[in-house]
Amino acid sequence: MEAGSCGPPPGCPPGVEERPFRSASGEPLALRRRQHSASCRELALRRPRLQLRSLSAVTSAVWLAAYGVFVLSENSMVLSAAIFITLIGLIIYLHFVKIDQESLLVIGSLGIQLTSSYASGKESTTFIEMSRVKDVVINEAIYMQKVIYYLCILLKDPQDPQGVSEVVPLFQSSQPRLDCLMEVYKSCQEILDQRKEAPQSSGIK
Amino acid sequence: MVLKVFFPSCCSSAESGILIGRWISEQNSAVILAVVHFPFIPVQVKQYLSELQRVTKVNVSVLGSWNNSKQEKEESLSEFLEDLGTIFSHEPWIQISKEGDSKFWSCSTLQKRSNNHREEEIILVYYDQRKVMLSCLHPPLDTAASTAQEAEDASRLSAIFDTVAKSKVLFMTDKYDDGPIKLTHWQSDGVEASIIVELMKQASVPACMLLTFLLSLISGACKSRMLKFWPLSFLWSKLSTCEQLAHRLQHLQVISSNKKAQNQTQLMRKANIFVSLLIDVALGILLMSWLYRKNRIGHLADTLIPVADHVAEELQDLLQWLMGAPAGLKMNRALDQVLGRFFLYHIHLWISYIHLMSPFIEMILWYVGLSACLGLTVALCILSDIVALLTFHIYCFYVYGARLYCLKIYGLSSLWRLFRGKKWNVLRQRVDSCSYDLDQLFIGTLLFTILLFLLPTTALYYLVFTLLRLLVVIVQGLIHLLVDLVDSLPLYSIILRLCRSYRLAAGVKFRVLEQQDGKPLRLLMQINPLSYGSVVQTYRLPTYSCYPKDSWTSLCKKLFLGELIYPWKHKGEKQD
Repeated sequence: MEAGSCGPPPGCPPGVEERPFRSASGEPLALRRRQHSASCRELALRRPRLQLRSLSAVTSAVWLAAYGVFVLSENSMVLSAAIFITLIGLIIYLHFVKIDQESLLVIGSLGIQLTSSYASGKESTTFIEMSRVKDVVINEAIYMQKVIYYLCILLKDPQDPQGVSEVVPLFQSSQPRLDCLMEVYKSCQEILDQRKEAPQSSGIK
Repeated sequence: MVLKVFFPSCCSSAESGILIGRWISEQNSAVILAVVHFPFIPVQVKQYLSELQRVTKVNVSVLGSWNNSKQEKEESLSEFLEDLGTIFSHEPWIQISKEGDSKFWSCSTLQKRSNNHREEEIILVYYDQRKVMLSCLHPPLDTAASTAQEAEDASRLSAIFDTVAKSKVLFMTDKYDDGPIKLTHWQSDGVEASIIVELMKQASVPACMLLTFLLSLISGACKSRMLKFWPLSFLWSKLSTCEQLAHRLQHLQVISSNKKAQNQTQLMRKANIFVSLLIDVALGILLMSWLYRKNRIGHLADTLIPVADHVAEELQDLLQWLMGAPAGLKMNRALDQVLGRFFLYHIHLWISYIHLMSPFIEMILWYVGLSACLGLTVALCILSDIVALLTFHIYCFYVYGARLYCLKIYGLSSLWRLFRGKKWNVLRQRVDSCSYDLDQLFIGTLLFTILLFLLPTTALYYLVFTLLRLLVVIVQGLIHLLVDLVDSLPLYSIILRLCRSYRLAAGVKFRVLEQQDGKPLRLLMQINPLSYGSVVQTYRLPTYSCYPKDSWTSLCKKLFLGELIYPWKHKGEKQD
């Protein structure tokens, strides 16, 4: 287990805990846990931002290649095409590929909300109602030569009360390691346990 | 259990009063629809609510009290509001109070009947009433199909959306009405409407009737016996223009029917068809104006004959090449000459036919170009038909080559079986051994050898003409793909998703607002719009589309055996 910082680090509002972890590929992640009320908790995983040096490296490589082609072919369209491609590629990367933060908002008796925030500010959200959620578990998968652990939500099958109709994997782009997953798992289970304590209203069991 | 209160954000600044809405006991949630202000007579309120229940079929009742004190907390008012709980008996009686301009409201419940006085946690969820009312949740719960059990078991979201959507009548009374009840909801400042929309609604009724009358005339004329005679009916079935026109006619019939759309899906389909027709005709007229400017039709007609001539010349060169030693292969001289001369004569006939038509081409093109005003799809179908007509000789060559090749292959396979002493048993549909006489064997072997050595020549002709035919088929296929795209794209849904994204909802999303200790949890419920891909998939218009009926393997097998291929199958065509 990583030795985590106990108090909130600078730049973090009070009542929020933040701990550093690592992803499966080794990049540093930060897990931010926030308790809004007794039955509402938010867990956010922040990934490292786009580095200026990797951006400049890729841009310089593309422009050098374009300049080389320009010297060979004497066609200035190559240069403007390279600039255009770099701009469009950057916009597409920031808006569709680079995920900065993945968060999980668990509201007991309402549902679970998954949000992915992209580098360009776009947020893509999915909300799963509590009546559809069977359980939150940590699964392991064998991928090539690795065994990776991932957290997933099991959804109930409307026909078969004991069965599972769908598995929704969480934190797919951050891919945190087992220690981080266990923290998230414990937080989620505390809230999911509350719904088992409350007397069940009439409904299909 | 946790109590959830769905509060409309428009009522945040309303005066004190009582809350009316729907209580969903299975989910322990209260959906508040409006606030009734003082003064009111409880009997009249109950009457109004029962009337509303009868009309909207939504179980609306008084849920609690709302205390909006602008200055300090007024003790007398809060006691009065508590006493109201005895008049309107509702379990649990919800009391929400707001002090001044504070964002953090206090919310409490009064449980009279329950024995355990547990402090329930309360979640306050704000929602935008107008957007939730207008929005439509996907995937839509088909209330006709689902049983009552399923409807009860429905997700809480669809219950909330349903409640707000069905209470449209409630939102019609505004604060300027002189009724006994004063309400606050999203439309309490007055109903807004647009004159243009109202005028168009009034004008659409006679327009639809006129359109229906015209369409009945046209469809009556099309069904007349005269057009059903054999050569004409065969022609109509082959021309894709007629199919496209029939398809568009059907669309017009859907739009002009005076039955109101039953549900959201039908309404969207009508709107999509209307927008698709509009765009189609607009693009068609644009194309027409471009064609007729600067006498482009004349230029087109002038270049058509030379192009046809050029194609014919190229084909003649190709045949001359085949008659020689194509790609270094050695052909059987006699068969080569026969086939080559046969095809050359065919081309000569075709060229004469084209030259016969040449004085009339310009006039025909001019009148045919006018039909582009019926739509871009019709113009594209006409183009596809013209391509088919101009390359008719390629189609004929392909058929001749394929039949010859097919005969040869069947002959060869049958004689190969004879070679090995076997026979095809038609009764049992299998290969059986058979003893042949000597002279049968002799003739069979001779024929087999002849056919085998003539195979390369026939195969080469077949290959060349099949490739040409496939080229034409691909060009026609691309045109039809474009036509399908214009036909089936749900433009209205896409524009709706772009401009009014809350109308097409895939779900909801919650945002946690500022919290204060001791006050209930505050959430904002917003609508999560559907993605563009799902919009197109859900609202695609059905077409008579052509799609390849054979998989790649069966297509290759047919090509190898020389069977004729018709790669595009139209829906509704009988299988050969």
